[in-house]
Amino acid sequence: MSTEFDTFREAARPRESRTDTARLACPSGRRVEFTMAVPASNAEKTAATVTNGGGIRERSRPVLVIEPPKGRISLGLRELWEYRELSYFLAWRDIKVRYKQTALGASWAILQPVFAMVVFSLFFGKLGGIPSDGLPYPLWSFAALVPWTFFSQALMQSANSLVLNQGLLRKVYFPRLAIPIGTVLSAAVDFALAFVVLLGLMAFYRVGLTFRSLWVVAFAGLSFIAALGTGLWLAAASVRYRDVRYVVPILVQFWLFATPIAYPATLLPERWRAIYALNPMTGVAEGFRWALLGANTRPGPMIVASTMAAFLMLVGGVLYFRRTERTFADIV
Amino acid sequence: MMGADVVISAAGLGKRYQLGAAPASDSLREALAATFSWAAITRAAQALTAFGRREDNGDDANTLWSLRDVTFDVISGATLGIIGRNGAGKSTLLKILSRITPPTTGRARIVGRVGSLLEVGTGFHPDLTGRENIYLNGALLGMRRHEIAQKFDEIVAFAEIARFLDTQVKHYSSGMYMRLAFAVAAHLEPDILVVDEVLAVGDIDFQRKCIGKMGRVADEGRTVLFVSHNMAAIRSLCRTAMVLDAGRIVRQGDPGTCIAYYVAQGFDEDASTWTRPSNARDSALAFTRVDSRVTGHQPALALELDVVLEPRGRHKPALIAVDILDGSGVGLMQALPRVEGFIREDAGPQRTRIVIDLPPLIPGAYFVTLWAGSYFTETLDVAERVIRFEVHESPTPGRSVQHSAEQGHIVPPSTATWEPVR
Repeated sequence: MSTEFDTFREAARPRESRTDTARLACPSGRRVEFTMAVPASNAEKTAATVTNGGGIRERSRPVLVIEPPKGRISLGLRELWEYRELSYFLAWRDIKVRYKQTALGASWAILQPVFAMVVFSLFFGKLGGIPSDGLPYPLWSFAALVPWTFFSQALMQSANSLVLNQGLLRKVYFPRLAIPIGTVLSAAVDFALAFVVLLGLMAFYRVGLTFRSLWVVAFAGLSFIAALGTGLWLAAASVRYRDVRYVVPILVQFWLFATPIAYPATLLPERWRAIYALNPMTGVAEGFRWALLGANTRPGPMIVASTMAAFLMLVGGVLYFRRTERTFADIV
Repeated sequence: MMGADVVISAAGLGKRYQLGAAPASDSLREALAATFSWAAITRAAQALTAFGRREDNGDDANTLWSLRDVTFDVISGATLGIIGRNGAGKSTLLKILSRITPPTTGRARIVGRVGSLLEVGTGFHPDLTGRENIYLNGALLGMRRHEIAQKFDEIVAFAEIARFLDTQVKHYSSGMYMRLAFAVAAHLEPDILVVDEVLAVGDIDFQRKCIGKMGRVADEGRTVLFVSHNMAAIRSLCRTAMVLDAGRIVRQGDPGTCIAYYVAQGFDEDASTWTRPSNARDSALAFTRVDSRVTGHQPALALELDVVLEPRGRHKPALIAVDILDGSGVGLMQALPRVEGFIREDAGPQRTRIVIDLPPLIPGAYFVTLWAGSYFTETLDVAERVIRFEVHESPTPGRSVQHSAEQGHIVPPSTATWEPVR
């Protein structure tokens, strides 16, 4: 027994001297002044000026006030920005781990939409004779399947992301939004791979790029916003209700057919289209075809409706997420 | 206004947990309604401007205060040890100070960056290499990439894993794994380092290293908050201490006095049975009840344990280790009834019966700590010193002199034969 005590003594030997150092570092004349205008928001950086005898040195130490939740919600974007590298690292971890111990590796990112395209072309294009804006059906459906695959993957994975990372939620502090954002980012990498295949398919069908093609960046961004917005709702809800895990596959399946992937939006009467486009992925799918393939469907009003819906979804999602995140550690 | 260099100032901190099942709206239908209804959306929008959702004054039978009215100040450069039994509120306090969970009442003001290590290896991914995990873990703890790069060599040197830097951590030995995890957190250089029971796992070398590192952190004028059941570690590291019991501070001050109080308190209670406080819902697998009995006669005493384990999440097959400690909390021996994981996550609550043939122990009080974890050194749950048993009989019949722990706790069976030397 005594040996164990000794071991610890030895390990912490500088104990006696520590008192001296502390005394040296804190001469009795030292005065510490804090700027007391601490805003009520939870984590605010406040400069603390340490007056040390004659010399003055400035040190900026964060002052943190921990209080029971009061109902106000800030978006916490500044802190999220400070932790931006975390989202990136989480995304990178997901990508590294996702295709570990798979024989085909990252090819799955491409195979998924390609297989869907083959199936759609056979059953909807050939057998069903669904019109495709006068374009080759495989290319036409693939142009929508690429953002759709991203959206559905991002949605499914971000819905599960908090529950999968519950160990982190309970033991480490960081802005919780970093987790679903990282998940959606990691799905975006798969999207980039599939997009390259789309470009290849366009070359195969001799569809050239034009200036209009640049719009595709905006539509990709729109699908990112839609995926994150929906994902945040589902992720936050899944902490309390594990039902979400079972709801999401059904939701995604339903959503696929509520989006013009296998069929064109023009199948609907004109007056219904703006309402139809409240599904943000409608605007994305039609937008991709319009921008890349030159499908002459004039998706203007649909894109406006989809953009508004996506942004509303995102803002609502962030607020709902921030409101519930305080209890994540207690109930997950 | 706070004093000259108070870095943590807690006033009336309390945390209330809801007992039993979560609120009644846990069904799919209501979940969907609550999640997607306009009411929820408008409520979320209203919450932007609305204050005070509901008053926190409930104190009925369905709630449990895991922390109540905790008020204390910590000055810069202090090393504060926090002692208390399981469920006393130590971890809740650290979680509040680390912003993982909000308090129900009270207020804490913290000056400086807080780095907390509440569990060794949280956020490590077994499929990633040591190098990758250092970056991931650093980012989780709030370090920037360049900051991690700057500390990288130091972290690797501390963890002694240079050769295995590009090996997946699932192939690491438990010691390497824990050293690496501790190293990342310890090199965060926070103004306030919060450490919860990291010494419960790991060998003596690891413990020594951790204590040494924490001592150096304190030497640099940083503040250390340290929770441990290891009284020797508290005694050597901390200059002040507090004892928590049932969520309240019952003693505060010099570590020696606090330890004496805590140990004395432990002797008063009957602890042949233990039931988990229901606010503890932390792990994927949890000890919920332990019953114990000492049977037989010296020198063939046996400790019989009935252990109930409840799976609460996904976990790898788990095994149980039983530590037997002396009255002051120093580990004497560990029993491993089975060396491979035998508790599976799909098994449901399970009662495990463990019989330990005790070596001939000298009379006195002993504590039992139970550990459950997967083979990969991952701790799922620890029930620290939840059982206390006493040995009354001497292991050497006929002996009249009292045994002293100075000579050790075990009197091994021995024989002597003699014959004249020619």
